[in-house]
Amino acid sequence: MANLKPVPSTREFDLTRESLRALNLFLHRQAAAEGVSQIRVHHPDGAHSIACGLDADLDVQIHGHVGYYVAGMNKHASVTVHGNAGPGAAENMMSGRVHVKGFASMAAGASAHGGLLVIDGDASLRCGISLKGADIVVGGSVGSFSAFMAQAGRIVICGDAGDALGDSLYEAVIYVRGAVRSLGADARFEAMGDRDRAAVGSLLVAAGQSHDPNEFKRIASAKSLYHWHADADQEY
Amino acid sequence: MCGIVGLLVKKAELRDQLGAMMVPMLVGMTERGPDSAGLAVYTAPVSDRQCKLSLYSGEHAVDFRRLFQDLSAEHGAAHELAVEGNHAVLVTESDPDEVTEWILRHAPEVAVLSVGRSIDLYKEVGAPADIARRYRFDALKGTHLVAHTRMATESAVTPAHAHPFTAGRDFCLVHNGSLSNPHLVRKHLEPLGIEFETDNDTEAACRFFEWRLREGDALETAVERGFSVLDGFYTFLMGTDQELLIVRDAFACKPAVVAESDDYVAIASEFRSLAHLPDIAHASLFEPKPEEIYTWRI
Repeated sequence: MANLKPVPSTREFDLTRESLRALNLFLHRQAAAEGVSQIRVHHPDGAHSIACGLDADLDVQIHGHVGYYVAGMNKHASVTVHGNAGPGAAENMMSGRVHVKGFASMAAGASAHGGLLVIDGDASLRCGISLKGADIVVGGSVGSFSAFMAQAGRIVICGDAGDALGDSLYEAVIYVRGAVRSLGADARFEAMGDRDRAAVGSLLVAAGQSHDPNEFKRIASAKSLYHWHADADQEY
Repeated sequence: MCGIVGLLVKKAELRDQLGAMMVPMLVGMTERGPDSAGLAVYTAPVSDRQCKLSLYSGEHAVDFRRLFQDLSAEHGAAHELAVEGNHAVLVTESDPDEVTEWILRHAPEVAVLSVGRSIDLYKEVGAPADIARRYRFDALKGTHLVAHTRMATESAVTPAHAHPFTAGRDFCLVHNGSLSNPHLVRKHLEPLGIEFETDNDTEAACRFFEWRLREGDALETAVERGFSVLDGFYTFLMGTDQELLIVRDAFACKPAVVAESDDYVAIASEFRSLAHLPDIAHASLFEPKPEEIYTWRI
């Protein structure tokens, strides 16, 4: 009998009948206490802040498109959006996993500290801005100014990147498979090592992508902005 | 922050439902713009010899029918199309500039919101749902429309500062964002004889584009010129009697989502204003890319 696991209990929310606040209150205060581990959300219809601030090992499946800040500040939970996400998806995530099956609007994964953000489609501008340790895998392309001032973590881009990729990068590393329209200040291409290929390979597997890690290029900080050069030519 | 809304129906049989399809879109943008709302609807055009003007008297009680009788006595036939409280649509065969001047002289409390052959324009201070109800937006018919909900950031909350802005004939523009050089643009346009009605940044963009249209630019060309002239943040949605156009600046901070199906093109700042549309699950959804110009024709 010891091998019998408790059957995960599922709760359905239809946001045309129940309020967003009722959903988020349930996720924050009741779900874990009641032993509910799977939550399905229907008719999100672009609502903001769905499944924000979760702090428990929950599996949240959202069927439809969501608005701003889905799964923001996520900790421990796995949140899947079967649709597109508005600005700031998984913003400031601490741990867990957020998966957007469609496209994500601007600033996806902004300042996320930990966990994995997967976007199957494209991500708009400023994806991974100020990233602080999370991993992001984008199945499509990313818009301009992605990974701006990214401090730690990894971003894997299976498609192309827009302008100023990795501007003012700190210690985060970017891997791109397609074309980069332009690199930002202090970002540079570097040789892929065995550890890079292994890292990309495991992130692609985690994200359900099947590309060959050998197709990716590494971008990291040249670190020339780490120190202020008072006697350098200043144009401002 | 503001909300933008655009809708163009591709099938003639949907023109009667244009307003009804749009009202939830506009109301859905209330949180982005609770202080004012406005709308330009493009209807079947009046005849070649005619022009129509949208008039608005704000809080002043104006007897539009009496005004039109007086206008007819001096200027020939002035046909009233619709009077709805403080709003009226006037159809005239006289020169619209002369009619506008006459109205400003004889009824200075009346504002001329738009001039053209297809455009009707409404704008007002207040909650979008109240404004939609007051002017019966759900009954509006036409080919396409451009609407806006405003949260003022840089100039006063008055009907004149509400969007859409118009200039010339059958041209209007709404804006989510803020321009940093509207005064410079204005300084270049005023010596050309272009007059401004407000200190609003969006009016500068509207008058710049309309000036370029008068100079012979296609709308797309005018918008391309705007990339190097207009500085700031913007998602602009524009209408002419033939087209609907959306463009975002290079930084694309101001959101927009487009849903296109065989029946319609619907645009809003956020998907939540599109969720109710018929068969939205099968519409193609995308976000306009920075500095790419998207145009749809009726």
